[in-house]
Amino acid sequence: MTPLVAAHAPATPRLVRSLIGKKVIMAVTGVILLLFVIAHLLGNLKVFQGAEHFNAYAAGLRTLGAPFFPRGLLLWVARIVLVGAVCAHIWAAIAVTRASWSARPVGYHGLEAVETTYAARTMRWGGVIIAVYLIYHLLDFTFGRVNPSFVPGDVYHNVIASFRVWPVSAAYVVAMVVVGLHVYHGLWSAFQTLGLNRPPTFRWRRGVAGTVAGLIAVGYISIPVAVLAGILR
Amino acid sequence: MKVTLHVWRQAGPTAPGRFVRYDMTDVSPDMSFLEMLDVLNQQLIARREEPIAFDHDCREGICGACGMVINGRPHGPQRATTACQLHMRTFPDGADLWIEPWRARAFPLIKDLVVDRGAFDRIVQAGGFITVRTGSAPEANAIPVPKRDADLAMDAAACIGCGACVAACPNASAMLFVAAKVSHLGLLPQGQPERSARVVNLVAQMDAEGFGACTNHGECMAACPKEISIDFIARLNRDYIKAAISHRQG
Ligand code: HEM
Ligand code: SF4
Ligand code: FES
Repeated sequence: MTPLVAAHAPATPRLVRSLIGKKVIMAVTGVILLLFVIAHLLGNLKVFQGAEHFNAYAAGLRTLGAPFFPRGLLLWVARIVLVGAVCAHIWAAIAVTRASWSARPVGYHGLEAVETTYAARTMRWGGVIIAVYLIYHLLDFTFGRVNPSFVPGDVYHNVIASFRVWPVSAAYVVAMVVVGLHVYHGLWSAFQTLGLNRPPTFRWRRGVAGTVAGLIAVGYISIPVAVLAGILR
Repeated sequence: MKVTLHVWRQAGPTAPGRFVRYDMTDVSPDMSFLEMLDVLNQQLIARREEPIAFDHDCREGICGACGMVINGRPHGPQRATTACQLHMRTFPDGADLWIEPWRARAFPLIKDLVVDRGAFDRIVQAGGFITVRTGSAPEANAIPVPKRDADLAMDAAACIGCGACVAACPNASAMLFVAAKVSHLGLLPQGQPERSARVVNLVAQMDAEGFGACTNHGECMAACPKEISIDFIARLNRDYIKAAISHRQG
């Protein structure tokens, strides 16, 4: 029989080794990414205030924390935290997905889905779509490699130039729907994974997750739609 | 009534398996699902064929021995009902029924519909118990238990260890079972001394048995004949996070 207390403390911490621990890493990094996604949306919506405001906001990110912190420092800290969170999130996602796939070597003739949602069932492929989208997004607006007419510093121009190409806008809209679905199940799921779901939470967390996810998707989608409709030019 | 069965037949753990079709007539709607299988087995024995192996014991929904996936639903389509308590009247006349064993690496197949659920026993052995003083029985009312905790602990203790949660889970995760065992003892004063060692050891054993990772689909709760809530999974996660950070060895 397994002793109650084992003799040696293993090298890797329990929260990294166990599947629950990996889910906790996924939930924590997911919430970090979610906070970024919300902050990023609030910033992006300034595009509706016109080129001057929007470009000033983008430039202002570089002097965040001034005069206390040197120029660009906080932005770099944020970038490093985000890259770290993305890597940890994907690493944990791959680890738990592999564990689950190997946990049922022989499948069913048919297993009926009763309780689960479309969002829950598309987390893995949705995540892959988000990752692919993320790479394109960075090449488009950050590095300017795939932008039709990239002007460093003129963020407003770059956004309009890209979204005028309708397939780019369409892909963006699809990606944001996927992000909305991912956030819906992800946020709901994170309450569960982090053990924050106590009985009263159970009733409102679906609603909260749905509202947050819906606002995020609609907010982001409004920008390419406004460009194509000629509202932003 | 008439039913057509497609039953998973597999002679042994490593033998190849397949669905075999059986057409049944004169099935009474008042038979339980297992009684219907008993009748079929009598017919098979009369024909000198191998009867279908399936697990069962109490046949009153309390032991957790029975269990098979019926038309894609562990224990069949009726909520909060074990296969032994399911009646044929649940199905329409002429129904087509696909019957399969629980599918999980951690539940290796023994024969036909029988799987080895020893993994659950080993999880419980890893810490699903409390330390008690032996000798004369303690005074029953000496340890006060708040009503809310007593009720919740009873809800968790209703788990009969049937494994339907694992069978229903798209990830073949055992989180609902482990959550029930951890919560049932962790909610009561008697379960406190080993509380953090228990959750750490049960979870370690769960992983070692090769169950998958919960992604909060909630299918376990829908399949559970005792309607154990996934609230208990949140409680398990909460206990585990606390213990993993503070519990020093293990
Ligand atoms: C916009 C960026 C992203 C955000 C805001 C985000 C957010 C989240 C959150 C909050 C969770 C919940 C964790 C839990 O179950 O407790 C989650 C789960 C998950 N994420 Fe992400 N994520 C993002 C990107 C990605 C990417 C790029 C991938 C994969 C390549 C991915 C794959 C997954 C998977 C597989 C899960 C687990 C699914 C489940 O629990 O059902 N995510 N995500
Ligand atoms: S939690 Fe429910 S489905 Fe899972 S073993 Fe216990 S009684 Fe069966
Ligand atoms: S035979 Fe005991 S629960 Fe079904």
